[in-house]
Amino acid sequence: MADEAVSVHDLCESHFCKNPVIEELETDFLIVGGGMAACGAAYEAKRWAGDDVRILLCDKAALDRSGAVAQGLSAINTYLGEQSPSDYVRMVANDLMGIVRDDLIYDVGRHVDDSVKLFEEWGLPVWKQPGDEGKSLRDGGQPVRSGKWQIMINGESYKPIVAEAAKKALGMDNIIERCFIVKLLLDEAEDNRIAGAVGFSVRENKIYIIRANAIMIACGGAVNIFRPRSTGEGMGRAWYPVWNAGSTYAMATQVGAELTMMENRFVPARFKDGYGPVGAWFLLFKSKALNAYGENYMVKNAEMLKDYPPYGLSAVPATCLRNHLMMHEMRNGFGPIYMDTPTALAELSKTMDEKQIKHLEAEAWEDFLDMCIGQAGLWAGMNIKPEESPSELMPTEPYLLGSHSGCCGIWTGGPADLAPEEWQVKDNGVTYNRMTTVMGLFTAGDGVGASGHKFSSGSHAEGRMAGKNAVKWCKNHADFKPTITVDKEQLAAEIYLPFKNYEDHKDFTTDPYINPHYIRPRMLMFRLNKIMDEYVGGVATWYITSAKMMERGLELLTMLKEDSMKMGAKDLHDLLRCWENYHRIWTAEAHLRHIYHRQETRYPGFFYRADFPQLDEQNWKVFVNSRFDPKTGDWQCFNREHKDLVSKG
Amino acid sequence: MPTFVMTEKCDGCKGQDKTACMYICPHDLMKLDLSMSKALNQEPDNCWECYSCVKICPQQAIEARAYADIVPLGGQVIPMRSSDSIMWTIKFRSGETKRFKFPIRTTAEGSIDPYGGLPEPGSIDDECFFTEAGESLPATY
Ligand SMILES: Cc1cc2nc3c(=O)[nH]c(=O)nc-3n(C[C@H](O)[C@H](O)[C@H](O)COP(=O)(O)OP(=O)(O)OC[C@H]3O[C@@H](n4cnc5c(N)ncnc54)[C@H](O)[C@@H]3O)c2cc1C
Ligand code: SF4
Ligand code: SF4
Repeated sequence: MADEAVSVHDLCESHFCKNPVIEELETDFLIVGGGMAACGAAYEAKRWAGDDVRILLCDKAALDRSGAVAQGLSAINTYLGEQSPSDYVRMVANDLMGIVRDDLIYDVGRHVDDSVKLFEEWGLPVWKQPGDEGKSLRDGGQPVRSGKWQIMINGESYKPIVAEAAKKALGMDNIIERCFIVKLLLDEAEDNRIAGAVGFSVRENKIYIIRANAIMIACGGAVNIFRPRSTGEGMGRAWYPVWNAGSTYAMATQVGAELTMMENRFVPARFKDGYGPVGAWFLLFKSKALNAYGENYMVKNAEMLKDYPPYGLSAVPATCLRNHLMMHEMRNGFGPIYMDTPTALAELSKTMDEKQIKHLEAEAWEDFLDMCIGQAGLWAGMNIKPEESPSELMPTEPYLLGSHSGCCGIWTGGPADLAPEEWQVKDNGVTYNRMTTVMGLFTAGDGVGASGHKFSSGSHAEGRMAGKNAVKWCKNHADFKPTITVDKEQLAAEIYLPFKNYEDHKDFTTDPYINPHYIRPRMLMFRLNKIMDEYVGGVATWYITSAKMMERGLELLTMLKEDSMKMGAKDLHDLLRCWENYHRIWTAEAHLRHIYHRQETRYPGFFYRADFPQLDEQNWKVFVNSRFDPKTGDWQCFNREHKDLVSKG
Repeated sequence: MPTFVMTEKCDGCKGQDKTACMYICPHDLMKLDLSMSKALNQEPDNCWECYSCVKICPQQAIEARAYADIVPLGGQVIPMRSSDSIMWTIKFRSGETKRFKFPIRTTAEGSIDPYGGLPEPGSIDDECFFTEAGESLPATY
C-alpha cells in the first residue's frame, strides 16, 4: 500500500511519535495471534457466538502466511483415523518422558480428525491410497501415511486455505493485521481476571487499547532464545519460525498465569544448517542415520537406552534419547552423522519402473519445497542429490514450544468429562476447557503446556476448543464491564518508550547505532542468546548446565531485563523487534527457573544437569509449575502431582 | 541476503492496491524505499527463506540467494505459483537444472463457504465442536 509505506517512513526517519493515535476498542472475545490455533478459534467461536458475542483477532503479520505454517507443510502430523485416542496418549507420553497431561492429549486425539477433514474440504490436497483417489477422508478415503500418526499432503497453500476459512468466518472488519500485542491487562475491580490488551500497529503511528471479556493468546512458540548455530545470514534459518518470539509465554506470565513444564525444550536433529525435515526420510523413505563410519548409532549404542526405562525401551525411543545417542557419537569422534539417502532410495527403486522412480525423486524434493525451501537451496548450492550423496544431520539450538515435539507452556484446565477435578479450571462451578489460571484467559497450540505432538492439525483443533469455551465464558459473564483506569497516555508512553530512548539521545553520537544511552534491539537479543547459550545449556556447552551456571546466568539475565528499559528504536520495525526481544527475555527466564527447579536430567539429548545427571523417576515424575506474582514481582516454582490417566503398560 | 529484489523488475507495486511483499512477509522484512520507489529486504539475516514474498510479487522481482555463511554460491530455487499448482526450478551449482510441479489447492481461491452445509451448533455446555453436534465423544481412557 503506497500510503502504508509513507506513514512508516515519515514516522520513523523524520519525526516520530510523541502523540500516536490511541485507538480504544471494545470486544467480547479477543484472539491474539493468527496462526493455526488462532484460525481454529476464530472458525469455531464465530459459529457459537452468533450476533451477541463480538470477536476481534489481532495478528502481528498477515493471516495468509503468518506463523509456523507460512511456507506450507508436507505432512499433517496428527491424524488418528482408526486409531484410539488412548494409543495416541501413550505415544505422546513416551516421547515426552512420561510427564504430560493425558486429559488434554486425549481431548486433542478425539477432535483432531474433524479439523483435518475440513482442511480437505476447503481445498487442501491430501494424498490417498491407490484406489481411493478422489474419495474424501470424510467418506472413508484412506490417506497415505508416512508414519503411524502422520499423513502426506501437497501443503504449499495449507496456511492460506486455513486462513481463508477463518477470515470468511470472522469477516475482515473483525481482524487487525500488523497489530503487535505487547501486554495483557488485568481487571482492576476483580482479582486475577483478564480485562484487555495493549498493542501497536507496525504500519502506522497507532496504539491499540482493547477491552475484552475473554482473551485467547496463541502467538506460537519461542525462537532465538538461545544463540543459533548460524550467526551470519543463516541466523534467519531457524528451524522453528524465526518470528515467533515467546509472546505467548511472556504475556501470560506477566499477568500471573501458572506455567507448566517450561523446563522442557526441543532440540530437533535435522539436516545440518538448512534444518530440512527428517520425518519423511525416516518414516516414508525408510532411510537410516549413520555415523561417519557407516555404523547405525541407534543399534551400536542400544545399551544406553536401558538407563531410561520405560522411555528408552519402547519400539520408538523418546526423541531426546535418540538425540542422546547421536550426541554421544559426535562427542566421541564418530561424526559427522549422515542420513543415508542413497541407500534408502536405491532400496525403494528396486521394485520401481522409471516413472515411479521419477515420482519418488519428486516426493523427496517436495518434502523440502513444501516446508523448508532453504534446505532445497542448500542442496542445490552444495550439488547434493539425495540419490547420489548422503546429507549431514545435526542437533540444532534449543527451541521452546508446546505443539510440536516439546511440551512447555501454560497450565490450563482440561475438559469436564476427561480431567480429574484438580486439573479442571472452574468459575462459579462451571468448567472452562483450555482456560489458564487467570480467569477469562485461554490459550491453545504452542501455548498449552504438558501436551505436545499436536502439530498443525491438533493446534487448530485445540484453538477450536478454546474458542468455543471462550464464547461460553462471554455468554456466562455477559454483564461484565472491564475496569481499566490506567491513563491511556501512560500506556502509550510505555509502548513507545524505545522511541523516546532513541530520539532523546541519538544526536549525542555521530553514529546513532553506537550510543551509551540505549541498547538497540539486535544487541539485546544477542546478549540474551549469549547468556542462554553459555549458562543454560545451549550448543556452546553441548547442552550442559548446572545450578551454579544458572545462578550466574540469572544474574546476567536480571541485568539484561533492567537494560530492556533502555531499548532504543528508530522506526516501527525496530519497535517490533524491541518488544519481541522483551518477550524473549521473559520466556528465557521462565525456562531457566524451571530447569533450575527440576533436580534431575529428565531430557538427556535436550539438556543435561551436570549436577544431577540421572533421570529420577522416584522424586521427579511431577509437573514443575511456576507463577510470577504480578503484584509482588515474586516468581515461585513448585511441583504439581502427576497422574497417568491412560495405562502406560 | 536471502531474498533480494531486482532493481529493473520491481515497480514498487504502483498499479496495485498494496505493496504485496510488505503486506505478506510474516517477519516485517520487506520495505518500500521511498527514494527509489522500490522494495528491499531490510534485515536479510532475519529472513526465514519462506518465499512468501517471492511467490506473491506480481513482477517476479524477488528471488532468494541461499545464506552466504552456509551455502556455496551458484545454486538457486525459483517458484512459479498459480492458483492450483506450483512449479519449482532447482538450479544446481554445477549448472544442472531440475523442475518439479505440485498441486497446491483443489478448490478455487476465495471459494470457501465456511459454514455452508454444516450443522447448526448443539449445546455450548458440552465438549462437541459445532460440526460434532449430537455426537457422543469417546471419553474412556
Ligand atoms: C519447520 C516446521 C515443521 C513443522 N512440520 C509439521 C508437520 O510436518 N506437520 C504438522 O502437522 N505440523 C508441523 N509443524 C508444526 C505446526 O506448524 C505448529 O504446531 C502450529 O503452527 C502451531 O500453531 P500455533 O497457532 O500455536 O502457532 P503459529 O501457527 O506459529 O502462529 C502464531 C501466530 O501468532 C502471531 N503472533 C506472534 N506474536 C504475536 C504478538 N505479540 N501479537 C500478535 N500476534 C502475534 C504470529 O504472527 C502467528 O500468526 C511444523 C512447524 C515447523 C516450524
Ligand atoms: S511485490 Fe515485487 S514489485 Fe511489488 S514492491 Fe515488492 S518487489 Fe516490488
Ligand atoms: S522469504 Fe519470507 S521471511 Fe524472507 S523476506 Fe520473504 S516473506 Fe520475509
